[in-house]
Amino acid sequence: MTRRLRLALLVPSLLGLGALFAWSITGLPRFGDYRGPYGYVLNQIVVPLRHSTNVVMGTTFDVRGVDTMGEEFILYAAVLGVTLLLRDEAGGGRVERRTRRLRSDAVRLVGVVLIGGGLLVGLWLVAFGYITPGGGFPGGVVLAGAILVLYLIGSHRDYRPFRNEHVLDPLEGIGAGGYVVTGLAALVSGMPFLTNLFGYGQTGTLASAGSIGILNGAAGIAVTVALLLLFAEFLQTYVVPLEPEDAAS
Amino acid sequence: MSYLPYAVAAWLCLVGLFGVATSRNLIHLAICLTVTQSSSYVLLLAVGYVKHGRAPIFKGIKLGTPAVDPVVQALTLTDVVVSVVVVALILALALDAHRLSGTVDPDEIADISG
Repeated sequence: MTRRLRLALLVPSLLGLGALFAWSITGLPRFGDYRGPYGYVLNQIVVPLRHSTNVVMGTTFDVRGVDTMGEEFILYAAVLGVTLLLRDEAGGGRVERRTRRLRSDAVRLVGVVLIGGGLLVGLWLVAFGYITPGGGFPGGVVLAGAILVLYLIGSHRDYRPFRNEHVLDPLEGIGAGGYVVTGLAALVSGMPFLTNLFGYGQTGTLASAGSIGILNGAAGIAVTVALLLLFAEFLQTYVVPLEPEDAAS
Repeated sequence: MSYLPYAVAAWLCLVGLFGVATSRNLIHLAICLTVTQSSSYVLLLAVGYVKHGRAPIFKGIKLGTPAVDPVVQALTLTDVVVSVVVVALILALALDAHRLSGTVDPDEIADISG
């Protein structure tokens, strides 16, 4: 299909889709005129019933906890998929790329501050995820991002421990498996899967919300490690040929 | 004004689709797809907005204060995860395509055909 033909087909269909959107938008309740009962109900019941002051995380890890388990395994499947797609095919056709080590002290300093700050913020987001804004998913992304800065400001050698599959794979297993095991623990106790069976503790403290805290931590580990594994896969296709040169410097 | 967030979502979706269909670079295509997916975040958050509502986090705030819908926020979280995953897979495919055909232009890759 030529580009011109494609545009000729595309523009009218997008205009049609836009017209459908405009039609449907005018049928929606006005912005801010919320109709659904679920938001009101959850905002009323999650704090008294589950002692988790962050209702979004209370929803994610308790009300729809099974869904979130699926979500964790989406990430898991993605890591698997990328690993399979980028598996080493005897290194044929690889181009050697030269890199220079970063020499700017200013960039290194900013990087170190970013790593320190990022790790701190990430840990805080994960740890207090069910109390204040945050949670295992956003916190995990911040943690993985902070660790990746190490690659940006340092050398591949500095970063190597964070792309070691022998370290990352078991951790990913703990993250994803921890979630399932928490759910199975309820099953073993004779309750439905993923029932929140630990004490709810005092609202607004770290020792609250029962198994939401555990699931939140498991998700934090799983997300951090899944992203590190993804980075590792991409970096491996890109930088592996550089390692001998790098080791010599 | 009261329909603006929905209109923004529709616009993001259309612009992203246009970018995907006319892209000459697989990495650009992946980014266009994230733009399209961002429209669903905007739509979800807009649908759950309660006038003058706060974030649904009741740390230090009295229970019963008007707050926006937490369900759509949790769904947005899922949406973001799916988006990240899809981009990762597309980028991996782009790398593979580049390795096999030496180009990241979808049109040229189609010309080579195997």
